[in-house]
Amino acid sequence: MSLTAKDKDTVRTFWAKVSANAEAVGADALSRMLVVYPQTKTYFAHWKDLSPGSAPVKKHGATVMGGVADAVANIDNLTAGLLDLSELHAFTLRVDPANFKILSHNILVVLALMFPSDFTPEVHVSMDKFLSAVALALSEKYR
Amino acid sequence: MVEWTDAERKAISTLWGQIDVGEIGPQALIRLLVVYPWTQRHFGSFGNLSTYASIVGNAKVAQHGKTVMGGLETAVKNLDNIKQAYAKLSVMHSEKLHVDPDNFRTLAECISVVVAAKFGPSVFTPGFQEAWQKFLAVVVAALGKQYH
Repeated sequence: MSLTAKDKDTVRTFWAKVSANAEAVGADALSRMLVVYPQTKTYFAHWKDLSPGSAPVKKHGATVMGGVADAVANIDNLTAGLLDLSELHAFTLRVDPANFKILSHNILVVLALMFPSDFTPEVHVSMDKFLSAVALALSEKYR
Repeated sequence: MVEWTDAERKAISTLWGQIDVGEIGPQALIRLLVVYPWTQRHFGSFGNLSTYASIVGNAKVAQHGKTVMGGLETAVKNLDNIKQAYAKLSVMHSEKLHVDPDNFRTLAECISVVVAAKFGPSVFTPGFQEAWQKFLAVVVAALGKQYH
């Protein structure tokens, strides 16, 4: 299930619409993940405030979306482009890769919330494939 | 038995009260068939599903979407006994339809995306999303319960 040329075009075009609001998307997606999948809070025990829209959540949401922006820029070679991030997640953060799917789902929900007319089924399938490919690239160095 | 907080019950009934199954159901099923095309394996009798346009324009897809979404009414009305309420449907999906239960989870995700797009962030808050996804997860578990 690799990204076709059409998928890449779709992702780039849609991302151009999203990127101005990327930080808001990240903050909302992360907020929702922590509420809807409380087991994910275990990764953030060191934060003072895990409530939706809190300062650490907003800051980290922006960081995560920065990574997504990097991925869009490296869409032709995600494994190479995300190598450093993969090492970070594999050796330092050690996030169980099952959680990538959970965060991806919440990103898709927020995209539907914020861009209801642009997030068509066709955009949805390309974005879902893209986020799956990003998750795979992030998992590269795990074992 | 599943424990529901008052806030969760309220969220579920608020959302359900505003959902038009004839609108949300078809959209959710279209998303399932487009985003996860292997799910088309269950709809060989629906005619042309070969392109995006054909799926969107397919009357059988629309009708079935409405039927499936309407099936959630049973859960809303039997919130404290969903497992029992879906026992027969679970047997049917296993023995007659031979649907991989993982598809129920996938369809639930599609339903949530469509509901999100419909209601927007002021209604579909993180709290409402939690209640709604928990509700769907309980239905999904109930539908898979009778498989053996």
